[in-house]
Amino acid sequence: MFVEFSTEQKMVQKMVREFAEKEVAPLNQEMDREGFPHKLFDKMKENGFLGIHFPEKYKGGDGDAVTSALTIYELAKASASVALALDAHWLAADTILAHGSEEQKQKYLARAATDTIFAFSLTEPCAGSDAAGIQTVAEQSGDGYVLNGTKAWCTNGGVSGVYVILAKTDKTKGAKGISAFIVEESNPGLKVGKKEDKMGMRGSQTTELILDDCKVGHDALLGREGDGFKIAMMALDGARISIGAIGAGLSETALKVSKEYAAQRQAFGGPIANLQAIQFKIAEMAIGIEAIKLMTFDVARMKAAGMRHTKEAAMVKVFAGDHSVKCALEAIQIHGGYGYSREYLPELLLRDAKLLQIGEGATEVLLMLIGRTELATK
Amino acid sequence: MNTIVVCVKQVPATNDVKIDPVTKNLVRESVEGIMNPYDKNAVEEAVRIKERTGCNVIALSMGPPQYKESLREAIAMGCDDAILLSSRALGGADTLATAYTLSKGIEKIGGADLILFGRHAVDADTGQVGPITAEFLGLPQATFVTRLELEDDGWLTADRLSPAGAETVRVKLPAVVTVTGEINTPRYAVPIRIMKAARRDILVYNEQDLGCDPERIGIKGSRTVVTSVFTPPKPDRGTVMIEGSAEEAARRVAGILSDAGVL
Repeated sequence: MFVEFSTEQKMVQKMVREFAEKEVAPLNQEMDREGFPHKLFDKMKENGFLGIHFPEKYKGGDGDAVTSALTIYELAKASASVALALDAHWLAADTILAHGSEEQKQKYLARAATDTIFAFSLTEPCAGSDAAGIQTVAEQSGDGYVLNGTKAWCTNGGVSGVYVILAKTDKTKGAKGISAFIVEESNPGLKVGKKEDKMGMRGSQTTELILDDCKVGHDALLGREGDGFKIAMMALDGARISIGAIGAGLSETALKVSKEYAAQRQAFGGPIANLQAIQFKIAEMAIGIEAIKLMTFDVARMKAAGMRHTKEAAMVKVFAGDHSVKCALEAIQIHGGYGYSREYLPELLLRDAKLLQIGEGATEVLLMLIGRTELATK
Repeated sequence: MNTIVVCVKQVPATNDVKIDPVTKNLVRESVEGIMNPYDKNAVEEAVRIKERTGCNVIALSMGPPQYKESLREAIAMGCDDAILLSSRALGGADTLATAYTLSKGIEKIGGADLILFGRHAVDADTGQVGPITAEFLGLPQATFVTRLELEDDGWLTADRLSPAGAETVRVKLPAVVTVTGEINTPRYAVPIRIMKAARRDILVYNEQDLGCDPERIGIKGSRTVVTSVFTPPKPDRGTVMIEGSAEEAARRVAGILSDAGVL
């Protein structure tokens, strides 16, 4: 790929790549067994990963959306789970960056940049893609709001210090009745529920959240009442760029291990890399990876320039999700029996890749969004 | 301790180094560069001393303009400033001409209390530039240092690796020290420091700024010429697979070692 990045972006990318190779990749299979890597995230906090694109005044790294996408991409080569956990942290913190009052930014962003993992919670047991259908409510009380309901599939649940939670402040208004609230982990009305036993992405922790008379002040409201759906959708536009970057990194690892294996596995008197059937697979993987990268960094540039990127981010996510699954499957096929073994990486890549077609906007919902947007444009 | 100069070299990120068939020099332009890993240890050591003493740390390099990348990385790791010695006339230098030019650069800076190098660069593997620079500057030196301690009396104590084993030496400052990978674990540069370093202009001096003797720089000043470059053939290690029971195999091994005069 020839896309010229700035000196800043290239330097951050180089640092993240070095960190990912030395600190993250050796833990990838261990995380799959043991779960969320607390010590690794402590190191990421110390090294400024959590606030790479936040302004310096909030103790961030002063990067932009491209810097963030490069960071996620390099981390995902080593572990898609770690990249996903960071993406989920940004999904929550970015809502405060984009919509928070100056007081909220002062209070939360420096923590998000230096020592506290954040989580975003929209999905519920009966409402995911149909986000307007959430049942959690936030009722006005004398000095703030009381939140009640159950949230599901909260990435970083149980490892976060701060949650951005979507709840209905007006049940009669559908999507326009949803508001966003900042809730501290220490709030006695917030309980972390069941930890999901997931197929992949097992290095990131996903839980239920139970809101049981969870009292928050007026200062916990993000934006205005009714802004929640818009805030969530804008945040998801950014997160979908991260999914593109995770797909690029994960697929590139699938390609890398496939090339290495094809070069050393002997069959019919030579390495299987000499066989056209293998060469075609490698070529198809490489073409798609190039496309994901071009799309991902292009949309990241749109975001950095302040341009609307809803459709383009959805396109990246759909394409990256599908191609990542394809690359992981091809990596398994190239590895033959070994690809089917847990000792080798391809099966882990497949289990991780499948999430990219589901989380942060399922493929089918995004296809509807893209299709409708296209049809509305002459 | 007022000033530390730490010398860094940019090396190719890959082992797949391309050699120019005509000049026999490394082709550096198309390959991604990284800071020589041992120089990173030197930068880390300099920054740790700075954190203890508050001294000024200047990163110094000689090479083409893209070497600014490694100098910016040195700033991102904590160096206060960076200087690149660069011009066409300085190109093609061997270790002698490089050390001469670096010594002129250090004189231009106004000297330093401590000058740090990595033990060697991983691309050319000579380990000569640090020691020769010390000679040009007329300074004592400690090479292959694994631990460094500054004394209050203007001396430093260094543990160093030598062919005879480990030894501890005392060196009077100002001095030149080359460090090994064991001395420390280099930090990662944090993003905000990277951003600031990336936006910094790097001061560049050419041979005139340094007042170099034109006969002693670049290709002209080099006393060694690379006449050919080749990949050595893989040695035939003569592996012999021995089959049979453990007892038989042991007898065969003893026989082979006896024939070879080892036993």
